[in-house]
Amino acid sequence: MSRDISFTKAINEALFTAMALDPKVLCYGLGVDDPKHIFDTTIGLQEEFGKERVFDMPTSENAMTGVAIGASLVGYRPVMVHQRLDFFLLAMDQLVNAAAKWHYMFGGQNSVPIVIRLIIGRGWGQGPTHSQSLQSWFAHIPGLKVVMPSSPKEAKGLLLSSIFDENPVLFLEHRWLHNQEEDVPEGDFRIPLGTANLIKHGTDITIVGMSYMNTEALRCLEFLKLQGISCELIDLRSINPIDWGTIIKSVEKTKKLLVLDTGSETGSLAAEIIAKVSIELFSEMEAPPARICLPDAPVPASFSLTEDFYPTSFDIAKKVCSMFDVIISKNDFKHSSFPHDVPGDWFKGPF
Amino acid sequence: MEKKIKIELYSKMVLIRAVEETIAERYDQKKMRCPTHLSTGQEAVSAAVGLALQNKDLVVSTHRSHGHYLGKGGNISKMIAEIYGKEGGCSKGRGGSMHLIDLSVGFMGSTAIVGNSIPIGAGLGLSLKLDKSDKISCIFIGDGATEEGVFAETVNFCAQKKLPVLFLCENNFYSVYSPLSVRQPKDRPIYKMVEAMGIKSHQGEGNDVFGVYKTALETISSIRKGDGPRFLEFNTYRWREHCGPNYDNHIGYRAEDEFLEWKKKDPILLSEIQLLKENILTQKMISSIARTIKDEVDNAFQFAEDSPFPKKEDVFKYIYAGV
Repeated sequence: MSRDISFTKAINEALFTAMALDPKVLCYGLGVDDPKHIFDTTIGLQEEFGKERVFDMPTSENAMTGVAIGASLVGYRPVMVHQRLDFFLLAMDQLVNAAAKWHYMFGGQNSVPIVIRLIIGRGWGQGPTHSQSLQSWFAHIPGLKVVMPSSPKEAKGLLLSSIFDENPVLFLEHRWLHNQEEDVPEGDFRIPLGTANLIKHGTDITIVGMSYMNTEALRCLEFLKLQGISCELIDLRSINPIDWGTIIKSVEKTKKLLVLDTGSETGSLAAEIIAKVSIELFSEMEAPPARICLPDAPVPASFSLTEDFYPTSFDIAKKVCSMFDVIISKNDFKHSSFPHDVPGDWFKGPF
Repeated sequence: MEKKIKIELYSKMVLIRAVEETIAERYDQKKMRCPTHLSTGQEAVSAAVGLALQNKDLVVSTHRSHGHYLGKGGNISKMIAEIYGKEGGCSKGRGGSMHLIDLSVGFMGSTAIVGNSIPIGAGLGLSLKLDKSDKISCIFIGDGATEEGVFAETVNFCAQKKLPVLFLCENNFYSVYSPLSVRQPKDRPIYKMVEAMGIKSHQGEGNDVFGVYKTALETISSIRKGDGPRFLEFNTYRWREHCGPNYDNHIGYRAEDEFLEWKKKDPILLSEIQLLKENILTQKMISSIARTIKDEVDNAFQFAEDSPFPKKEDVFKYIYAGV
């Protein structure tokens, strides 16, 4: 029987499941027990597991990351959350110099099993410092694991695996995914970290997407099929380590590659994936690899400036078609009926 | 204070000095190829706090952590081997002098970035509180770290949660070559600032090993009873350069006279005079302690020399746990 639940409910279920399974799992962050409960993802946890394990915290992102590290060294599994990724930038010393290094620099004697949930904002004027998608920064640091779920089922399975992983995991949730619904397995359901997910089989081109960009990709696959282009869609989902096997195998078959990134172009994950695939399969490729990223600019707040800022399913369709010398116009394509700065009726801001 | 403890404090300081000075003496052999921050002159706090803590208590420390590690009872041979970059090192050669660890004595790790281990020590404290343990967590810092934002953040959190944490600040008046006077306001002692943040604080003379021990013991006992975090500041002085084996009074950031004044307050010399006067030590005992320690240190260096280097192909080992 199908059991459709939202992305936020799936996160909440994963937290409930983990905390019930292991009394050493802690959950804290600014606002976990406030009336909004981090977009409902932490609702009910404090009532169920108590104030010692589920607690609000001082506005001290750096220290509280170190607190998680310290507690994890002696057996706890803290899950921290930040309502926007951008606030977590205050904690780079603890993340990069401590969490990522601890296991290595002490010769494997201790590890840091912490999870840090980071929510990427978009739309309603979130602007330059409430909508950064910095997965490529984090992926650059050896010792960290970086995860980006793209659906409710993925969110639950990946979060449970992240919590029970022995390493520091950054878990990046896109705000525009929060209201999506999907059939999600009950109970302790886990998806192994380090694996990509083949969402749709295809033969003509490999599209590697991540996080919300998969939503945009899924919207144009049917359209592309009508143009005679069969797309294979891979959800990267594990940003570090990357499942190179799945990507390489797919491109060996399709001989074409398009990467969809939620971050800005220079130094992006898309750049890394294209580099690796080009190095390995250069002579077999039938077209130059392509990418769709955010522009190399801070994200503006204004409704007018954001209009063409975020690539849409139409941009993906257009790019794919151009790789097959098919010309399409905006009129051929069914566009979203919502204003460009919201994902749907459910999101009315303010954040 | 028992005689035995006095002798132990004295011996521990002699050990720390012997290790540091042997490193300085042999550094030119170019076998210890990592940045090394010696604590010569600052032995009293390490010896006294190390002894006042119990084996089960947890410690984190800084870039200048040799003394803290040895004071807590950390394995000497593994420390020297670590500085040599050997597989037999306490961090298997991956960390070097600034990343010491000995879990068997609760020395949970020292890290190199100023202030970095402060919140980690608080996290250990949080775990102890959740476990309803009677252990405490001790965070060694220097004066420079009290200027870091993370220090203020951590003091606030520990006070709010009433965590079993001891902040132990060795104020040696310099952050690398920058004196305290250009870094902090005049007439605003560090411990007063911390007191104002909500933690009981105390300042003491850091070269008086018996005084530090007495204060540390009382403070640790009240933390263990559940009285919440405490902050202790001890004034002391590093004799050698910030990083490396040399003296550096000639380069112009501090005066030779200042150094000589502090040298008169050599914590080992001061305690030796006192213990001779109290007839607790004799010249013969002093020679015997020195000899035993010299052997111990020589053996540790020999262990480091004999230990193999890590295998080149193991450079990717330990990136992830559970692999």
